[in-house]
Amino acid sequence: MNDLLPPGGTREAMNSIETVLRGLSGAGYIASQQIATAVYIADHLQKPILVEGPAGVGKTELAKSVATWLGLPLIRMQCYEGLDESKALYEWKYGKQLLYTQILKDKISSVIGETDGLAAALNKLHDFGDIFFSKHFLEPRPLLRALEEPGGAVLLIDEIDKSDQEFEAFLLEILSDYQVTIPEIGTVHAITPPIVLLTSNSTRDLGDALKRRCLHLHIGFPDEKLERQIIASRVPGIDERLLKQLVSFVQQLRMIDLKKAPSVSETIDWARVLVLLHTAALEVDLVRNTLNVLLKFEADIEIANKQIAGLTHKARADAGIAV
Amino acid sequence: MSAAVGSASEPLRRFLQVARGAGLRVSAAEGIDAARALDVIGFGDRVVLKDTLGLILAKTPDEKDLFDEAFDLYFKRDAFTGGGADEDEREPAEGQPNQGPQAGGDGMGGSSGQSLGSLLENDDRASLAAAMELAAREAGIENIRFFTQKNLYARRIQGLTRAERLEGRVEALRDAVRDFVERNLILFAKGETEKFREELLKSARLSNLERRDLDRMRVLVRQMAKRLAARYAKTRRKRLRGVLDTRRTLRRNMGWGGVPFITVWKQKRVEKPRVMVLCDVSGSVAAMAQFLLMFLYALNEALSDIRSFAFAGSLIEVSEILEKQPVEQAITKIMEMIGFGSSNYGNSFADFEDGWMKFVTNKTTVIILGDARGNRTDPRTEIMARLSQRSKRIIWLNPEYKSAWGTGDSDMFRYAPFCSLVTVCNTLRHLERAIADLLEDAV
Repeated sequence: MNDLLPPGGTREAMNSIETVLRGLSGAGYIASQQIATAVYIADHLQKPILVEGPAGVGKTELAKSVATWLGLPLIRMQCYEGLDESKALYEWKYGKQLLYTQILKDKISSVIGETDGLAAALNKLHDFGDIFFSKHFLEPRPLLRALEEPGGAVLLIDEIDKSDQEFEAFLLEILSDYQVTIPEIGTVHAITPPIVLLTSNSTRDLGDALKRRCLHLHIGFPDEKLERQIIASRVPGIDERLLKQLVSFVQQLRMIDLKKAPSVSETIDWARVLVLLHTAALEVDLVRNTLNVLLKFEADIEIANKQIAGLTHKARADAGIAV
Repeated sequence: MSAAVGSASEPLRRFLQVARGAGLRVSAAEGIDAARALDVIGFGDRVVLKDTLGLILAKTPDEKDLFDEAFDLYFKRDAFTGGGADEDEREPAEGQPNQGPQAGGDGMGGSSGQSLGSLLENDDRASLAAAMELAAREAGIENIRFFTQKNLYARRIQGLTRAERLEGRVEALRDAVRDFVERNLILFAKGETEKFREELLKSARLSNLERRDLDRMRVLVRQMAKRLAARYAKTRRKRLRGVLDTRRTLRRNMGWGGVPFITVWKQKRVEKPRVMVLCDVSGSVAAMAQFLLMFLYALNEALSDIRSFAFAGSLIEVSEILEKQPVEQAITKIMEMIGFGSSNYGNSFADFEDGWMKFVTNKTTVIILGDARGNRTDPRTEIMARLSQRSKRIIWLNPEYKSAWGTGDSDMFRYAPFCSLVTVCNTLRHLERAIADLLEDAV
């Protein structure tokens, strides 16, 4: 099937890993080299990317940024238990079908009026084909929409681990061949293969068949330098020294054994809060009062509370502020 | 596809083999993907190369670690082959890892004419390494699996290099070759030996396990439990698909004049098994109890409600300890609280009846793990009778062999009539089978 697709590098914008890095940062997403490599390879091999990692490290954000950068529509499908093909792929417009049959009721006599016998009438009806099961009565859902997008699209299948195993199997056709089969109509091929990203929080293990078809990208917590870049891009106008302190603080916080370590999204929130409070430098009291932005569990806050003084001291020292 | 597999294919093929040896499961399709990706990115940048292969070949955090290890090991080895003495190891990001295998190839072409012995004499270490590599390929070193094969391969390589008998030098050559074979053993056979060891552990008696194997056992237990949970979660869902519920279908489609556009299915609720586990934690049975509890807690997804009790002289509930603390710590704590004493089954059952009999319903499965040796105390079989009446069934897992039941102070045959299943259980495999049966019946 791969021979049918145009050879790699379908998009102008994707001619090197550096361009991907720059493009994503233009869309407000500071990517690590590894993430950029994944996007680059995915486009050239035309394979979906399965993104795993803790909540809040920017898995969903990656898909949004790729879409913004390439100027493609983002089609998002949120997975949940019980999601089935009628919600993911297509559905027949029952109401419309019904309405049309009612309207056409009067016409029916003019169509089969002059025939004698049931068999002849049926034959006449057959001549009209399956008009009620044609594309006019088809309600496309995210997957079908992504395939039908003429200029290509970014398809985000969010939290695939929340869906059932059966649904996972159902996705295989679309992931490997970029096509779906609708019994009444036939096989629908993608006009332009979409860029597909799947995200997972690893609440359950995904099947091997699915994993085999995807590139597997694990996004962990960023290192200090990258996190500073991310915050600077997300919270413009933040003071350089405050930035250094708060990132250093969060990085230290992640070393502590917590139930849920603060993610990048929490760091961003905290940075916004601190900017809003016109903070110049981290103070122990201030940190204590705003800690609930970073930590979401009571037990975690309790553990962290005991170490705040030390962590703040270290963070200030890292930023070169006299203590 | 053939176009995709270009010049890069030989080093890649060998790396894939190394990766498989390290325990990664690399399918043929993934191999092809890797080759296509390499055509796009080339060997130019080692960091990018590592990222790319990692994306394609490693699919879980565990696999990522294995991959990193294998990648570093393999490309370090190539640097050694490629030239220069092994002292000056290259920087990982130096940017010309492709020189490794290819330069190695050239070197081999040149040096294979010379004998290993003369190379050794001239202290030409780079060519020596290259010649050794070539000989190793001829000898099929990639098939090495066990350390017992080391000498065999060392001899083969030495033979293939047409070594001349040089006084005093032969010893050095032999050492170099042995060293080389050892490194390759690590590279190619790691996964295989681990697998072998794991197979062994699964059927080893749990009481005979050595301390150093415990970590590995924990991993195995978790894997097994996960597999079971996944399997039975699936059948449970399948059971939920029922037959058409005509009444509710009609009602639902009232709006369309009763034409059934939307169907409603009858559903049958499937109960997850409720389990109560009574574990003997006295001396000999303790090792077994540890794994049973670990197993059950790993099965949380497939079991709705488990309560666990530990007993020796008397009985206490330990569910909370197990839930709140990591299994290893919890088990040590339980052992401290109650373990290692001599067991008194009658007394423990009486404790159970007083405190918890009222929670046993006709949906509860009671699992008792113990050797039924009560040190000649009253077995209190009448409590077992009441328990078997109240509960759905009682499963007794006995770590002793059948021939030992009923001998000495064993009350096994006195308890057996009240149990729906009494079975020998002293290896991980037994345990898996017993739990699988439990889940099977519940569906």
